[in-house]
Order: sequence, then structure tokens, then C-alpha cells
Amino acid sequence: MTPILSLKNISKNFGTGANTVQAVRDVSFDVIPGECLAVVGESGSGKTTLANMILGVFGQSAGEILFDGQPLPDRRTLVHRKAIQLVQQNPLSSLNPKRSVGASVRLGLDVYGIGNKADRWSLVEHALEEVGLPADFRKRAPASLSGGQRQRVAIARALACQSQLVVLDEPTSSLDVLVQARVLRLLNDLRRDKGLSYVFITHDLSVVRNVADRVAVFKSGQLVECAPTREMFEAPKQAYTRQLIGAVPVVAPQELRLRDRLANKETL
Amino acid sequence: MSNVLNIRDLRLRFRGYTGVTEVLHGISLNIRAGERVALVGESGSGKSVTARIVLGILQELGSAQIEGGLEFAGQDLNKLSRRQWHDLRGTEMSMIFQDPTSSLNPVFTIATQFTEVLRRRDARLPKLAARERAAELLNSVSIHDHDRVLNSYPFQLSGGMNQRVVIAMALANRPSLLIADEPGTALDVTVQAQTLKLMHDLVEEAGTAVLFISHNLGVVREFADRVYVIYRGRIVETGPTAAIFENPGHAYTRALMAAVPRITGGGIPEIDDVDTAFLDPIVTHDGGGL
Repeated sequence: MTPILSLKNISKNFGTGANTVQAVRDVSFDVIPGECLAVVGESGSGKTTLANMILGVFGQSAGEILFDGQPLPDRRTLVHRKAIQLVQQNPLSSLNPKRSVGASVRLGLDVYGIGNKADRWSLVEHALEEVGLPADFRKRAPASLSGGQRQRVAIARALACQSQLVVLDEPTSSLDVLVQARVLRLLNDLRRDKGLSYVFITHDLSVVRNVADRVAVFKSGQLVECAPTREMFEAPKQAYTRQLIGAVPVVAPQELRLRDRLANKETL
Repeated sequence: MSNVLNIRDLRLRFRGYTGVTEVLHGISLNIRAGERVALVGESGSGKSVTARIVLGILQELGSAQIEGGLEFAGQDLNKLSRRQWHDLRGTEMSMIFQDPTSSLNPVFTIATQFTEVLRRRDARLPKLAARERAAELLNSVSIHDHDRVLNSYPFQLSGGMNQRVVIAMALANRPSLLIADEPGTALDVTVQAQTLKLMHDLVEEAGTAVLFISHNLGVVREFADRVYVIYRGRIVETGPTAAIFENPGHAYTRALMAAVPRITGGGIPEIDDVDTAFLDPIVTHDGGGL
């Protein structure tokens, strides 16, 4: 199967000469259609730089990015921008406070020319209903919604564009645990129903364990380990991965046992 | 053991353009000397306003109406003048905020800010002595290159380093109560684990009581002796940490626990949007402190 996204030896440098910072170093991985690939790592590990390169915010310094088998140009066409969408961490700052919810969702439809002008409001309402919001929410202002509702709007905006790949940059980090659970279920259901692929960027390993098919662990701009989720959590190969899993605050006794087992392996 | 902090039937209302909104509906909470007590709940449940009332900060806000008993180390806080309350802050009570980098002043060096903190207790402390004391305190939070750190501005240090500095400052004057509002939430998981462990050891050694405010149940389980669960301005469950985690009695606590994703897998649970059982009366476990 052709990967929906393929990164081949990607590097990104910022600055010049002695001040050069290598934010991403020689990273390669594939995302297959319908897959949720989690990208995990600490602050400064290069996760967001990677997302920005996938989205075309800036180009890579070296290497090649393929989308559906075709190289992605540095200056993205409308077709590519439509196919790869982003959901950000904080929905309050990612939604324009002066636009109604409906106008924010509709903007993508207008820019990418999706549907007839006359049909677009019904497409907006349909997108809102798909994320579990009433259709009449299109008239509301973002400020009048709760954090979870705003994040649903951000998801509806990304999906209304008939995207194939969604980059989720810490989509539930600013949400409470009950709201987080509802949004994660929604993301899982939408992926299954629409055959979407996700690049799920997060630092929360507990979330990763429950939503991702595969996990890519980053440290200082390098990919240190990439494996199916279950394998990664039960038998991590790298000490850094064990250290990350060992630091997760846990609530259940079976989680403590897993952490202790990994910690013992660390000391052996 | 005597209570360091005693809150009885605390109510908070805000007066706004649309009328009066009650935010805290009569919460009671106590902390014994040297005890680590967590107040856990979601955004908007009333955790942070409770901390700000204890510190006397919210009382300065004209639109806030506060009622209820507030006792700190045997004295009635409601009877204190603004000056007396000011004297308590930074000496007998101190606070650690969520984001260490933004809670430090970016235009002063760590040494200057440390001196200011130490002079809250001893106004005539010479600069050199303050610097020596600051170096000792930084040593206690495992910062060994203290000269570099003391001469740095907060933005020149990492988040984890700033968090250690803030912990050292908060404990500098040996307060009897430390209020920690979501400490470490802004940090990476490995750094958060290290700083929490450090804070745990230091407060235990100094015998400082802690009111630990958090929405992260995993962190609460690792840090606190006793837990209060708060939902929409009401305490819904209280008890020793082990009892609450092993046998949560209130529907809201059970939903919170169930919603936490597990590192052992099992998927994301289905959560009902509104559950009337969340408004059930309080559940108190033995040793819950009420």
C-alpha cells in the first residue's frame, strides 16, 4: 500500500554559521492510509518543527516529503493544503474570536472551492453535526463555547475540507480529563468512519497508548525509536523511551506494575 | 495534630452585569501540620479561587463576596487587616504557580528575586548573607552551579530549572503552609516527575503542610496524603489518597478515574455528557478530615 505520507531523510536547520540549530536531523518514517502515528517527545525535541514541515509552513533543509507517493513542493498548492489539515492545541487561540463558528468552518470551503456557494452552509452544519455539535452552533461566537466544544469546532473545520491527513498538535492538552476522553473518542470514530490518517503530536504517553497504531519517539530532533504502540509500551528498546514511560503519573495498580517492570529493566 | 488551615463553609459569589454568580457553594477543608492535601477537580470547579481566598488575594477584588470561616494556625484570617495578611504571605504561607517562567520577574536576576524573598522574613538581611543563603537553598533543590543560576535572568534558564528555583524560594522562609497550584503542569513529564519528587522530599523534611491543587489524578496519587475532590464549587468526596483511588465512592470521582487514559491500554471510555449523579451528596472516607 502506498503510504499517505512519507518522510525521507528530513532535516531542518535554523540560523546560519556558528549559530545553526539543527531542529530535526535525518528523520524518515511513513504513515499508511487510515493509520494514527503518534509523535512523542519532550519540549524542543522537534515535534512541532516536523508538523510545520508536513503542513508546508516552511520547507525542509534536506530530504523529501511524499504525499500519496508524490513529492510535496515547498510552496504547497491548494490541493495539498486542502488534503493536509491541522488541529492545534488551544482552540481558543486557533479560532478567530471575531468570526462566528460557522464562518470559521466555512472559510476553508470557500478557499478550496468545496461545494456550491448555496450548499456551503448546509455543509458547515453537517460538519458540526459530525463532531457532535448542534447545527445552530454555526451562529455562535467561539467565546460562548466551552473548551471541548471549541476543540470540536476546530476538528469540524479540519474535516469539512475533505482532508485525508490531519496533523493533530497536542489536540487535548488544554482540555480537562472528562472532555479529553470525549474528544479522543470522537477523533477515533471519525478516523474509522472517514478513513482518515492522523499524525498525532503529543507529550502525553497515556493518550498515545490508547489512540495510536504506531509511535515515533523523538529526542533532540532525532527519531530514536518507532514501533507499533503495544510493542513500544511493553518492550521499549531504547533507554530514553523507558525513561519517558517511567515518568508518566499513573492511577491504576496495573500501570504501576508496568512502570516498575520497565524501571527494573532500566537498572539491570 | 493541630490544623494549620481550617476552612468552614466557604462561599464565594461574583457580582457581574448579569447578576450574582455563586462559585463556591460552602466548601469545608482542613490541613494538619506537615500534611500534603490535594484539591482535585476540573477547570472552573473552584480550586484556584479557594487558594486565592486563603492567600487573601481575592478579598482585594471588589466584585467578590466571600463568606465562611478561615483559620490559619489558630488565627481567624477574616479578622486580619490588609497589612497583617500581607505579612503572612511569603513568610508563613507561600505559593507555587503553574508556570515557573512566568511567575518569576523577567527583568531581575534570580539573586535579586531571592534577596527580596528572604527579606520578607528578615528585612535587614545583608545582600551577601542573602546570596549565601540563596546558594544553600539552591543546593537543596539540586542546583549545584548556583553562581551561574543566581546571576541569570529567568528566561536564561530552562523550565525545569526555573521550577526548582521557585520551589527553593517558596520554602526559603520555612512557611507552615505551601500552596502549590498545578505545579509542573507546564513542564515535560520527566522534569515534572523529578521536581515533584524533590518537592515531596523537601516539604517532608521541613514539616511544611501543602495544599496541592491539580487536575492530574496521577500526580495527586503520587504526591498527596489526603484528597478532596471538588466539582462545580462543592466538595464531592474526601479521604486518604489510597482509599479514594482504590475505592472511589462518588459518581464524579469514578468518572474522573475512568476518564484517565491508562498506559496499559484498554481504550478511551465512553463518558456521558451530563450525569445528575455528579451532584450527589459528599462521600467521606475514614480519615477524610471532615
